[in-house]
Amino acid sequence: MKRTDAKKPKSAGGMHVRRSVFAYPYVVWMAVFIVAPMLLILYYAFTGDGGLTAGNILQAANWDNMRVLLDSVRFALYTTVLCLLLGYPVAYLLSQMKKATAALLSVFFIVPMWMNFLLRTYAWKVLLGAFSNMLYTESAVLLGMVYNFLPFMILPIYTTLIKLDRSYIEAAADLGANPTKTFLKVVLPLSMPGIISGITMVFIPSTTTFAISQLLGGGKTMLYGDLIYMKFITEQSWNAGSALSVILLVFVLISMTFMKKAERTTGDEGGGRLW
Amino acid sequence: MVTRLKKFFSGTYLGLMLVFLYAPILILIVFSFNQSKTLGNWTGFTFDWYAQLFRTPEITDALVVTLSVAAISSVVATVLGTLAAIGLHAMKRRDKLLLENISQLPMVNPDLVTGISLMLLFLFVGLKDGYTRLLIAHITFNLPYVIFSVLPKLRQSSDMLYEAALDLGCTPMQAIQKVVIPDIMPGIVSGLIMAFTLSLDDFVISFFAGNGVDNLSMYIYASARRGVNPALSTIIFVPVVTLLLIVNLKSIREERNAELQSSKVGMKR
Amino acid sequence: MKTLKKIVCLALALALSLSLFACGGGKTTLNVLNWGDYIDPELLRQFEDETGIKVKYTTMTSNEEMLVKLASPDNIYDVCFPSDYIIEKLVADDLLYAIDKSNIPNLSNIDPRFLDLSFDPGNTYSVPYMWGTVGILYNTTMVSDPVDSWNILWNEKYAGEILMYDSMRDTIGITLKKLGYDINTRNEADVLAAQEALIEQKPLVRAYLTDDIKMELINGSAAMGVVYSGDAVYCIEENPDLAYAVPMEGSNVWFDNIIIPKTSQHTAEAEAFINFLCDADVAAQNSEYIGYSTPNAAALAIMGPDYTDDPTYNPPQDVLDRCQIFEDLGDFVKVFSDAWTKVKAA
Repeated sequence: MKRTDAKKPKSAGGMHVRRSVFAYPYVVWMAVFIVAPMLLILYYAFTGDGGLTAGNILQAANWDNMRVLLDSVRFALYTTVLCLLLGYPVAYLLSQMKKATAALLSVFFIVPMWMNFLLRTYAWKVLLGAFSNMLYTESAVLLGMVYNFLPFMILPIYTTLIKLDRSYIEAAADLGANPTKTFLKVVLPLSMPGIISGITMVFIPSTTTFAISQLLGGGKTMLYGDLIYMKFITEQSWNAGSALSVILLVFVLISMTFMKKAERTTGDEGGGRLW
Repeated sequence: MVTRLKKFFSGTYLGLMLVFLYAPILILIVFSFNQSKTLGNWTGFTFDWYAQLFRTPEITDALVVTLSVAAISSVVATVLGTLAAIGLHAMKRRDKLLLENISQLPMVNPDLVTGISLMLLFLFVGLKDGYTRLLIAHITFNLPYVIFSVLPKLRQSSDMLYEAALDLGCTPMQAIQKVVIPDIMPGIVSGLIMAFTLSLDDFVISFFAGNGVDNLSMYIYASARRGVNPALSTIIFVPVVTLLLIVNLKSIREERNAELQSSKVGMKR
Repeated sequence: MKTLKKIVCLALALALSLSLFACGGGKTTLNVLNWGDYIDPELLRQFEDETGIKVKYTTMTSNEEMLVKLASPDNIYDVCFPSDYIIEKLVADDLLYAIDKSNIPNLSNIDPRFLDLSFDPGNTYSVPYMWGTVGILYNTTMVSDPVDSWNILWNEKYAGEILMYDSMRDTIGITLKKLGYDINTRNEADVLAAQEALIEQKPLVRAYLTDDIKMELINGSAAMGVVYSGDAVYCIEENPDLAYAVPMEGSNVWFDNIIIPKTSQHTAEAEAFINFLCDADVAAQNSEYIGYSTPNAAALAIMGPDYTDDPTYNPPQDVLDRCQIFEDLGDFVKVFSDAWTKVKAA
């Protein structure tokens, strides 16, 4: 008895180091295939005319470009909010079902994405053109973006909600909480990690989509992805293109850090009360 | 009464969402039997596009590349990413935040930037083979999606489980395999599914990072200039859906059988 | 979670068998980079059967994207099909292989009008493949006015029914023509004038599109749009109400030529492929499949009056005389792209 007790702190202490070992293969991969290419982009962003310079960044950060960035962020925000509002109930309802039924139904929510993205968007064009006058408006772009990103919101929320024990909800009800209160105080805080992941996977990629706005928006608005394409490909100016990517990167990383801070505070409050 | 009303509303909501998701799919399936290549311009029924599909080696080659790259890259990314998430979760907050931020890079960078920067890297290290390049690129952009769908499950599960397993004499590997993985399985599955989906649809990264190997999305995107073979839309969709339905229906039946049996024995939960 | 295991096993088994199936064969492989569906696939099979050389056909979506790929020294492409102004740039950047014309006897089939053009004098590096013009495709049931000037795209009567091409070079180019300027102008004021004209036009425009202009016009969702002549041929076939015109102010005439990158390890096979494509029968079959105009005089003779008498497919010389070829703009392209950004963001 005493022996195991003596062993315990040691293994528990060593564990933290040990378990992080599992991330090492990924860290190597990341260093080679994510960090190294990013350094190349940084190199292009901060060099030009044979020397180090901040000129590319300063030039790229002009008012016209920043307006395009704001427009893209606006679209991405709308998309994220709509995906959350539409996707959360789906995830919640699925999580309340029997396991196998939910598995089948959740498959139904994913497989549309296995039809080619471009063709799906073309099909929306036909539908919108035939049954509405929405085609080539901002609403059409939003619809296309929500359509394509919705599963990326549903899945992470669904996977956190299935862990949710029904007994919590029952306990809250027994303690006199009405359904709204139960949802706000119990279900929502517990699904927060999934929500954060969903937001990450919808908001970040949607700031740089370009094909949807071209096809459904009729190319009438310029988004940040278009701008970067223009610099890299049309102008073949890698310095200008890299500078634009670096600006985007800084912007997104800052906003994600803010979100994580917010998560930590709400998470502590909500989760803390429950345990 | 209230529960029935609730059921009705939730059923209606899910139904409407499914209509939203499947409306364009239906259009594509219908028009794959259309004589004209142009979507929305119905000129008559034909099977020709399907026949042509399998007579064009460019398409069948691209299909082989698409499916094999999607399968291999999503599985590799799931294994690497799941282990990474387990490791990240156990790290100190500062290290974790740094690594998480870096992991987001492939999501933040526009596809074009990821593609071009990988192209430069491959040139630098002298990797010429197009298929390998494609695989590496796909694994790389799949990884963050796996990590960010496993991490919330880890946050939800208790660290005690792992520690208890160690106390009971498991090696760390055994503890991961027997205790942690089953606990976070739904996150792993959804990561795998998302990775597979993303890999199927990518064309921008594939064009730049690849080298002389086309996948289906690249082929479709490039063919749009002259009209895409409409049968292409259903080529992955139909077989995969069939496969999934078979697998899932079977597990539903199994679950129902198990329930029936347990209720017979009278051991309800 | 048995389900998952099954799926993963199935997927891996499938992937493994597929990748095994994908490799194989010791024949020389020719890596071709071309526009999507821009060659009759039957001709690829015919070439493989005749020569025993395997063709690996891959696709690109824009000239500039191809330029990025070709500029990378480790690209594996042996044959590409870029347009005129890109060839000019490729030559300037010393990225092309000088073709040995004694290996391409079928070059004599090409109409001399399409040889020795400004972007590649003496055809040292390129052989003509397809060509065409840029013009207005319109629905005769929806447009009553004569379509002979770019100004019709600025006519408020057709507000919301006009489709513009979502391509910087083409759209600024025709606007420069409308205003009476050089399509390759290096004068900033000209480009600014075009920018103003396009911003003024924007409220009338239904959409800026590329490939789906065809879909819209065939379906009758728009009255007129800017298209390439080869696409116009296809659209008119699908919807006989459509007609094509090259405005009197002039337009762009473009050439897609075949080139061999300097990095190619299979230049002899590449030349054999180019020679094959210049064969009269092959070129005729190819042009009929694609619908774009062939520069191959011998092929045109085989194809007959259906094609030669079609002014969309084979425009008379006076149309060509008022059209200009794009030149590589060099650094001046930044002025164009800034103007285009302003138009799109307006």
